[in-house]
Amino acid sequence: MLKDAFASELLAILFVAQEPVTLEQFQEIYPDQDATQIEARVRQLSEDFNSVQDAVEIRQVAGGYRMTTRPQYHETVRAYLRTRPSAKLSMAALETLAVIAYKQPVTFPEIMEIRGIKGTSTIRTLLEKKLIQTRGRKKVVGRPMMYGTTREFLVHFGLNDLSELPTLKELEELLGEEPAIKSQPATGETERPTDN
Amino acid sequence: MNTEYKVELEAFEGPLDLLLHLIRQQEIDIYDIPIATITDQYLQYLQMMADLNVTVAGDFLVMASTLIYIKSKMLLPTDPAVLDEVEDPRRELVQQLLEHEKFKDAAQLLYERETVELAVWARGANEFEEDEKEMVNATLFDLVHAFHTIVERYKDQIGMDVPRETITLEQKLDEIRRLLKVKRYFYFSMFLRQKISRLHLVVTVLALLELTKSHEVRLFQKGIFEDIRISAC
Repeated sequence: MLKDAFASELLAILFVAQEPVTLEQFQEIYPDQDATQIEARVRQLSEDFNSVQDAVEIRQVAGGYRMTTRPQYHETVRAYLRTRPSAKLSMAALETLAVIAYKQPVTFPEIMEIRGIKGTSTIRTLLEKKLIQTRGRKKVVGRPMMYGTTREFLVHFGLNDLSELPTLKELEELLGEEPAIKSQPATGETERPTDN
Repeated sequence: MNTEYKVELEAFEGPLDLLLHLIRQQEIDIYDIPIATITDQYLQYLQMMADLNVTVAGDFLVMASTLIYIKSKMLLPTDPAVLDEVEDPRRELVQQLLEHEKFKDAAQLLYERETVELAVWARGANEFEEDEKEMVNATLFDLVHAFHTIVERYKDQIGMDVPRETITLEQKLDEIRRLLKVKRYFYFSMFLRQKISRLHLVVTVLALLELTKSHEVRLFQKGIFEDIRISAC
């Protein structure tokens, strides 16, 4: 694999990249190359690299490729970096996040209904951590704010895209119904869920 | 189910959490919940919380009433006039529980993923954590420079000083007394012409009232809405 100049170049890019490198970014560097061709090469490189390397690996995260250390070496890396394990999200926050991830765009009242709790919210924490973002207002009475997950959410949980989460098809049938009372759309503005 | 049933106190997020716990712990078929038993256990739990002086959140009470409602509905014989199959009163609750459980599972999954991701480092993300024990190698000049930066930053802040007016009744009383020593009388409109602040004006009026009460000044007015003449007694 190391004799392949193109693969080596791709690897060099992945080595210096601080953020997941998307196919579009690769395409910018190699405008003459076919996009599918590049994708195939990056994929092949990842496979080859990961089969040989034990300490680091190339992974698909948030729609791009990035090089990361493997989790089994976390203690050593942590010792070197002198970091303590980062604070994890609370179970309440994770539950809220799960509802948002599957139901997005979803409003606060809808989240609370699923969680069976009224009142306290972890929305704020999640917004501060940039794991969720607002997605406009729902055109129902009260025009509640809708929320959806961010790219940071994918990075945080090491997901390439939302489809990597196991499908909870049954969920869709249950709370999928719109509230009975709907206000007339006042403006031409549409709330379209933008998938990251 | 006997009454010796004990629930371990766990931190339940909400009534659905608690109900699920009761159901799952006893391996009850969720589609056929023995509603009377579960209601009893649920209420016992709430009682326990009350005994421990834990404030029971309103949500828990709402669920209690829902459970009792379902229980009573199930006790009632079905109306023979209704030929159609009557909907199970537990159905809605069961659906809610199942939905809730799914998201609990999803949350658990996210938790696992997060655990793994927190053990993984990407390039460039390795900022050393601030070590409090570590000393910063700084000279006096660094300190002066840092201070200078702060001062500069402060300069840029657009600010406006709003001086707080301070005028006491005592001051105003003295002022009027002094005025009446040099003048035999003056008019109230004089204060208005001075364009003094509202606070000043209020204090002035108060002072005049005070002086009138103590018979130090006399107020004259030719007619209603006329200017008021203030003179010493």
